[in-house]
Amino acid sequence: MSVFSETVDWLTDSTHWSGDDGIPHRLIEHVGYTAETVAIASVIAIPLGLWIGHTGRFRTLAVALTGAMRALPTLGLLTGIVLFTGIGLTPALIALVVLAIPPLLAGAYSGLESVDRQTIDAARAIGMTEWQILTKVEIPLALSLIVGGVRSATLQVVATATVAAFVSLGGLGRYIIDGQAVRDYPQMAAGSVVVVALALVLDGIFAGLQRLALRSRPSLVPTSA
Amino acid sequence: MIEYRSIGKTFADGTEAVGDFSLQLPSRTTTVLVGSSGCGKTTLLRMVNRMVDPSRGQVLIDDVDIATRNKVELRRSIGYVMQHAGLLPHRKVIDNVATVLRLNGVGKKEAHNRAHAVLETVGLDSSLANRYPSQLSGGQQQRVGVARGLVTDPNILLMDEPFGAVDPIVRDELQQELLRLQRELDKTIVFVTHDIDEAFLLGDQVVILKKGAEVAQVGSPADILAKPANDFVRSFVGLDKGHRKLHVEDRDGTRIVVDETGKATGVLAE
Amino acid sequence: MTWLFDNFDYVWSLTVRHVWLSAVPIVLGFVIALPIGWYANRHPRLRGTLLSAGSILYTIPSLPLFVIIPGIVGLGILSPLNVVIALTIYAVAIMVRSASDAFGSVSPAVLDSASAAGFSPVQRAFRVELPLAGPVLLAGLRVVSVSTVSLVSVGSLIGVNSLGSLFTDGYNRNFMTEIVIGVGATVVVALFFDLVLVVLGRVLLPWASASRPVRSTVTPMMSFAQHLRGGRV
Repeated sequence: MSVFSETVDWLTDSTHWSGDDGIPHRLIEHVGYTAETVAIASVIAIPLGLWIGHTGRFRTLAVALTGAMRALPTLGLLTGIVLFTGIGLTPALIALVVLAIPPLLAGAYSGLESVDRQTIDAARAIGMTEWQILTKVEIPLALSLIVGGVRSATLQVVATATVAAFVSLGGLGRYIIDGQAVRDYPQMAAGSVVVVALALVLDGIFAGLQRLALRSRPSLVPTSA
Repeated sequence: MIEYRSIGKTFADGTEAVGDFSLQLPSRTTTVLVGSSGCGKTTLLRMVNRMVDPSRGQVLIDDVDIATRNKVELRRSIGYVMQHAGLLPHRKVIDNVATVLRLNGVGKKEAHNRAHAVLETVGLDSSLANRYPSQLSGGQQQRVGVARGLVTDPNILLMDEPFGAVDPIVRDELQQELLRLQRELDKTIVFVTHDIDEAFLLGDQVVILKKGAEVAQVGSPADILAKPANDFVRSFVGLDKGHRKLHVEDRDGTRIVVDETGKATGVLAE
Repeated sequence: MTWLFDNFDYVWSLTVRHVWLSAVPIVLGFVIALPIGWYANRHPRLRGTLLSAGSILYTIPSLPLFVIIPGIVGLGILSPLNVVIALTIYAVAIMVRSASDAFGSVSPAVLDSASAAGFSPVQRAFRVELPLAGPVLLAGLRVVSVSTVSLVSVGSLIGVNSLGSLFTDGYNRNFMTEIVIGVGATVVVALFFDLVLVVLGRVLLPWASASRPVRSTVTPMMSFAQHLRGGRV
């Protein structure tokens, strides 16, 4: 297929690998946005999710909110916030962070919910403080799901950041948006391929991390008489 | 009449559930297969409606080898009641009872009428008919299960530890119901249980089974109690534990029936 | 707001397009995933491979997928079919897992009793197994539905018109109202689909709401959240 070979040609063209519009630069930009967003969103969402999961309060509200936020069209949120606040990195980041919160929140509270109530009860009974229970029992046991939340959020952001090229963000999405403007399909396809590759690699890394988290689970076996 | 002829069953993983089993079950009686878990009694039961096919030997109903009959058609002609009723949770009680009728092509109205009649027979109020199984108690669900097995008026009723999952009081009621039903309806019942007392209560013919469906003894409850065939039977039936060897003692003019360990179990009827 | 009244026909036609572009993948995804999920449940070895494949497909970000599919399938990039194909792929990826879980949730004892009562294998599959898998299937469909409706708007970036066009247009013209209307309309469409599914559930699966608390449909939804943990872009 000539489209395929054109795309390959585009990808192997050395001029596309240097400069501000080169693949490495865009890739770094993209990963940078992703890392920043996930970091900020984690700081907001994970503690909140842990609190909700541990105390059990506001759970219905949290579930409803995460559900509702999934219904919000990302492009709408992006264009809305950027138009409201102005073009630039910060407004786009705000939108990205907002969209990354649901998976992190859900990962945190459902992770805690997956911990056997009896284990927590036993920990409380032997005299652990709430904080100790959270840090020594709940989080280690919930780690796999919490990491899963981060994984999901990361992929979410990689995808959203691609779309954010429309509101003048850098990153790999630029190839798609700019390519669309000049009807350069090979450019669009090439950019897409790189994004997909990035997504798959990141997903693979996180899958490995999740498995590690699962394997290193401390098993709290009650001492039998 | 149901007949097992040199039945054997070896499962795919190599377990031999049934070694060599032969038995005749006379029509219009209740035969109880009793034994501990894993002795093969359920396997034997499920051979009658071909939920399990024997590896060796034949099962015959009224002298016809059921291996020659179509499975689905065979099952629709036999009533089957299992431990947790096995009711379809997504259908109302009345539809559950009418299931086999509808499968056989009976019209909805007629099927419902017959189902209502059978529900009455098993002692359930018609108001339950439009509820879902999850809205009924355990005992009620079991009765519905029995009703479902009876609705086509089959000659044969297969019951697999049907009263095992309910509490003792409800179990008593259900056992009495079954006895009453049998007096009215005269079916050929094959009943599986691990409870020897239930077997003695319900069975005309009791088959005590060891592992591999090896027959330890066959006979009426009275026969077994009077002449236990071997130590296994004696132990299984409880003759060696003392609570079946009873004698009478006098307590202030009333004659008490006492077991071997000295515990009072009843009063002698005057 | 007056803008909405003035341009109602325009917004309405975009809404109708959006509904179509969402409905087709949801229905197709369900129909394709159902038998696959059924097989996956029956053959545990196959299940792992299928679920992994689905998971990988779901990892692919949407805009790139919308771009790549025309190249693979050979349609012009402006064709809405590309979006439909991509969204169907996502729908299948989600629903295969959901269907597999759904059939796995049917009690073997009930299936056994149905066979014993005299259901033929085909009758049992359609009249017993499928209905009983219903509640979990429905929960999966609701997730697919929300996700699909949201993703359709991204298609406007490659010229596939839908309510997403209100975003691109509004952004280009610096016109906030259009964007707000677009967001509102998309949410309404998502709610509409959800409502349809819930009502379908009440009608087709009456026993599920008969005596048990609503929690039973929320729980599978939540375990879904554990798998997906968030929407899609």
